[in-house]
Formats: sequence, structure tokens, C-alpha cells
Amino acid sequence: MNAVETTGLVKRYGAATALRELDLAVPQGSVLGLLGPNGAGKTTTVRILTTLLEPDAGTARVAGYDVVREADRVRRVIGLSGQYAAVDENLTGRENLVLFGRLHRMRAKAARARAGELLERIGLAEAADRVVKTYSGGMRRRLDLAASLVIKPRVLFLDEPTTGLDPRGRREIWDLVRDLVADGATLLLTTQYLEEADALADDILILDRGQVIAHGTPDVLKAKVGGERIELTAPDRAELARAAEVLASVADGPVEVRTESGTVTAPVTGGVHAVAKAAGELAAAGVVANDLALRRPTLDEVFLTLTGLVPAADEPPR
Amino acid sequence: MTSLAWGVHDAWVVTLRHLRHIPRVPQLLFFSAIQPVLFLLLFSYVFSGSIHVPGIDYKVFMVPGTFIQTMAFAAAATSVGLADDLQKGFIDRFRSLPMARSAVLVGRIVSDATRNLLVILIMATAAHLIGFRFVTGVLPALAGLGLLMLFSFAFSCIGAAIGLAVRKPEAAQMAATFWMFPMIFASSAFVPLATLPGWMRVWAEYSPVTATVDALRALFFGYGDPTRPVLIGLAWYVALAAICLPLAVRSYRRAAM
Ligand SMILES: Nc1ncnc2c1ncn2[C@@H]1O[C@H](COP(=O)(O)OP(=O)(O)OP(=O)(O)O)[C@@H](O)[C@H]1O
Ligand SMILES: [Mg+2]
Repeated sequence: MNAVETTGLVKRYGAATALRELDLAVPQGSVLGLLGPNGAGKTTTVRILTTLLEPDAGTARVAGYDVVREADRVRRVIGLSGQYAAVDENLTGRENLVLFGRLHRMRAKAARARAGELLERIGLAEAADRVVKTYSGGMRRRLDLAASLVIKPRVLFLDEPTTGLDPRGRREIWDLVRDLVADGATLLLTTQYLEEADALADDILILDRGQVIAHGTPDVLKAKVGGERIELTAPDRAELARAAEVLASVADGPVEVRTESGTVTAPVTGGVHAVAKAAGELAAAGVVANDLALRRPTLDEVFLTLTGLVPAADEPPR
Repeated sequence: MTSLAWGVHDAWVVTLRHLRHIPRVPQLLFFSAIQPVLFLLLFSYVFSGSIHVPGIDYKVFMVPGTFIQTMAFAAAATSVGLADDLQKGFIDRFRSLPMARSAVLVGRIVSDATRNLLVILIMATAAHLIGFRFVTGVLPALAGLGLLMLFSFAFSCIGAAIGLAVRKPEAAQMAATFWMFPMIFASSAFVPLATLPGWMRVWAEYSPVTATVDALRALFFGYGDPTRPVLIGLAWYVALAAICLPLAVRSYRRAAM
């Protein structure tokens, strides 16, 4: 069964159309990553699914309930952590969680117990009784996430949960989200980072200007844009040619030599292990290189590729 | 529980949220009291020499006027607070919860009225210095304070409707205050009605500010009869709440659009 399902969702803001006939489905217990640049319609989608906004056309069901006609039922089974942390700065972390628990109509005692449990889980037990004003951005974000979990939601919506966090903060959120998913929650996550969708999602939907431009598992999508690759820079043509020869043995696709920029790129799998192997073989062959790095396709590249503005790495230039 | 009972429950939980802020940010209470207190003292000393009201010391006469002025301007706090919650995504979160649609508004308005009452008590203490006393006894004094709370509640309803309509805290501040001065000065708040120009008196006779101030004067220190102003006042509070609260709830429901 699908925990989230939309058909032909349309949302207009005045003359601008934010969503054009969006169809999506998230099977129970899975994670969908909604990926897209600014203005793609990610937040609009989340708002419709969480009953905050009514679509102009189309239907959406969450946990089997229609988001417009059965909005109240939907609200009882979802958790939402919006794009900006919405916690009360003048309350403590604990008070915030108890507040939301109470508004979910839990009994005071149950709400307090749940708050304690969540604070422990998100690593804020120490800071639980400090006002949120004194929290770092990462702590706030974690608290906001916890606030969406007070009822153990059947479907969880996270709108750009790591935007604005440093790498460590991002890791912390990822670990937390992985935990949740392991518990069997269905999750719809929006993000601007392919890496994030890759780390967390079973399925990715790429959205651009309110339309789905690609859909698939992370591997399928990355394969479309050429996946990860090694990039090597060498001082001259002779070294470039030798490097290309060596790299061909680690590559799992055609190696490309760009003499004008003095680089060789080789598609690989296995990440840093591939780099280690390449480094070893380059050294053994005595190749002189200025730089050797692992490159992953960035969201920009995925977009540019999918919208046909730039050829994929493994296609000949047009 | 019935949906009404849940509505009260939810509003109470929200009220507690805001009441917690009072000891947490005591500066807020301090600064929201200091200006009215200064105003009270300045006004009484500056004008008591030139304005004469038959049968009463002007300093005492104008005290209820400053109470009302404080309550009316406090409505802007309701406006700004809601616009701020809206902008910070707090309202979105509330709207995604299975709670009563009116609770966020009612909770804020009730807690704002409570905070305003604290300010009034501070002002009443300061007013003691210039000769203001509750001379009619405990019950009339409590009735007067109750009326003030209702006035505050009604004006906070206006503030809520404005705050959720304009959506930006800065704009809410402006929109909730620009009409306050005409509202307050075209009344018996600081001068006897008889001294106002005739055209202004047409409105001032029935203004909610006049009604409340006259009622307070009667209830706090026996200046005039309370019946008529209390009735006009109550009619205003009910009407204002009945118009503004549904408008505010409507904007709240549509807050994300
Ligand atoms: N309240 C609104 N009024 C008018 N236009 C809006 C409103 N909200 C969103 N839009 C427009 O709708 C489009 C989709 O916006 P949305 O917020 O869903 O994008 P997003 O993918 O979440 O972007 P971001 O990464 O910036 O958060 C944008 O073009 C945006 O300008
Ligand atoms: Mg967004």
C-alpha cells in the first residue's frame, strides 16, 4: 500500500504555477527524496500533503485519508518538520516537546514521558532544560525534528531538514532519520542535495518548476549522469596519455582525456577504494600527476544533464 | 471529550505557552509597564494645571484613561505576536496538528489579556502616588478590572484579525496602532465629553473607549453611574469579538495560502 499518493496535483499562486500535475507515490515504510532547486515546488508539495494548503486540482492521500476532505484524520497520523525550525525560543527544549505533545492531545504525563524519551534520543538530554534561545542551529533543527515525532507518526514529512547545517550537524540529522526509518515510518524528505537523497532515500523524485523531470532509485539516477569518477590533472600531454592508460584498468567505463584542461576523467565505482587503487597503480607506473580526486555528480550536473543543457559524461559531446 | 471541551483544552495549553514567557522574559513586562507609568505620571502633572473637571481632581480623573490607552495599544502586541508566529513557521506547525482551529488565537488573546492585567496592576500602584484609590470597595473594583480584561480581550481580537491579515510583524505593528490615537482621544479618556467639538461627540458618546472609561470611573471611585456605560461597553466587546474572532480564524485557516 502507498502511504502517500498524489494524482495530478496542481497549485497556482496568482499567475505563477508552482505545481503542474504532480503524481507521486511513497510505498508504506519507504523513503522518498524530493529533490529540486529553489522554487521547484518542494515546500508546496509538503504543504499540500500536510493539509496546510489546498491544491487547485488533483487529489492527495496520506495514510489512506484525503488531505482536503479528511484533513483532521491526516493531522492525527503525520509529523511535519518544516523548512525553518519552528520551535519556541523562549521555552526550554523539554517545554517545547511537551507543548506539542499536549496539542496532539496526549495526557500531560504521557507527553512528559515522551518528551524525555525524545530528548534522550536526539542527544539533547543535557540541554533539555535550557531555553531554546541558547541552542545552536543544529540543536534547534534536531529539536524541531523531535517535535514532529511526538506521536510516532505513521508518515513523516521533512522539508530540507539539513539546509544551513554544517557537515557534523547534517550527519547527526541523517543518523536520526535512519533510526526512524528503521522503525518502519514512511518518510517524505525534500532536499537540495543529491548526496542527502542518496544517503537516505529509497526512491528519488527530481522536481523542476513544478514538474517531475526524473524518478528512480539513487543508483539509477546517478547512472544517468555518469555516477562517480576519478579526475586526474597532469603536467603535460605525455603524462596525460600514460595516466589515461593506467586509469583504464580501474575504470568501469570509457576514460576521457581533455588535453586543453590537462585532465583525465575515469568513471569508477567503489569511491575512495577506487581512488586508493588508482593511486597505487599510478605510483607503480611512475606517472607524474598534479592532482587526483574523486568527483561525484552534483545536483547541478544532474539537473543540467536531465534538462539536456549539458551532455552526460558518458555520451559524446554534441 | 466534546469538541468544545477539546477547544478549551487546546486554548489553555497555548495560553500556558505564552504565560511561561512572562517570567522567562521579565524585561518585556517591565518595558511594557514603564511607558504607561511614565505616561500616567507625565499626563497627570502636565495637564492637571490646565484641565479642570467638575467634582474631581484631574489627576484621578485621567487614571482610567491611561489604563484604557495601555490596553488598546497592547492589542498591537497580539498583532505582532501572531504575525511573528506566522513568519517563523510556528502557525504552520500548529495547523498541521489535530488541534482546534481557534486555540492558537484564543490562547494568545487570553494570555495577552492576563499580561495586560499585570501591567494595569503595576500602573494602579504607580497611580497611588498621584492620589488614585479604589474607593468603592472590593466588588466594584473587581468588576472594573473584569471589564478592563474584556476590553483588552475585544481589542486583542481586532489585533489578531489585523496581524493575521497583514502577516508581517512590522506591518502588523503599524496597522494595529495607527487608528489608536484618534480612537482614544475622541472619547472621554482624557477630557470630559462636553469639551469635545460637537461632531466628534456624536461618535465619542458611543465609543467603546468612552463606555469603558466612564464605567471604570464609576466602579473605581464612584464618579457617575456605571449602568449605562457598562451596558454599552459589554455590547461593544461582544460585537467586536463576534466580528473579529471569526475573521481571524478564517485568516488562520488560510494562513499558508
Ligand atoms: N505564498 C506564495 N505566493 C506566491 N508564490 C509562491 C508562494 N509560495 C511559493 N510560491 C512560488 O511557488 C514556487 C514553488 O515554491 P516552493 O516554496 O514550493 O519551492 P521550493 O522547492 O520549496 O523552493 P526552496 O528550495 O526555495 O524552498 C516558487 O516559484 C515560489 O516563488
Ligand atoms: Mg522550500
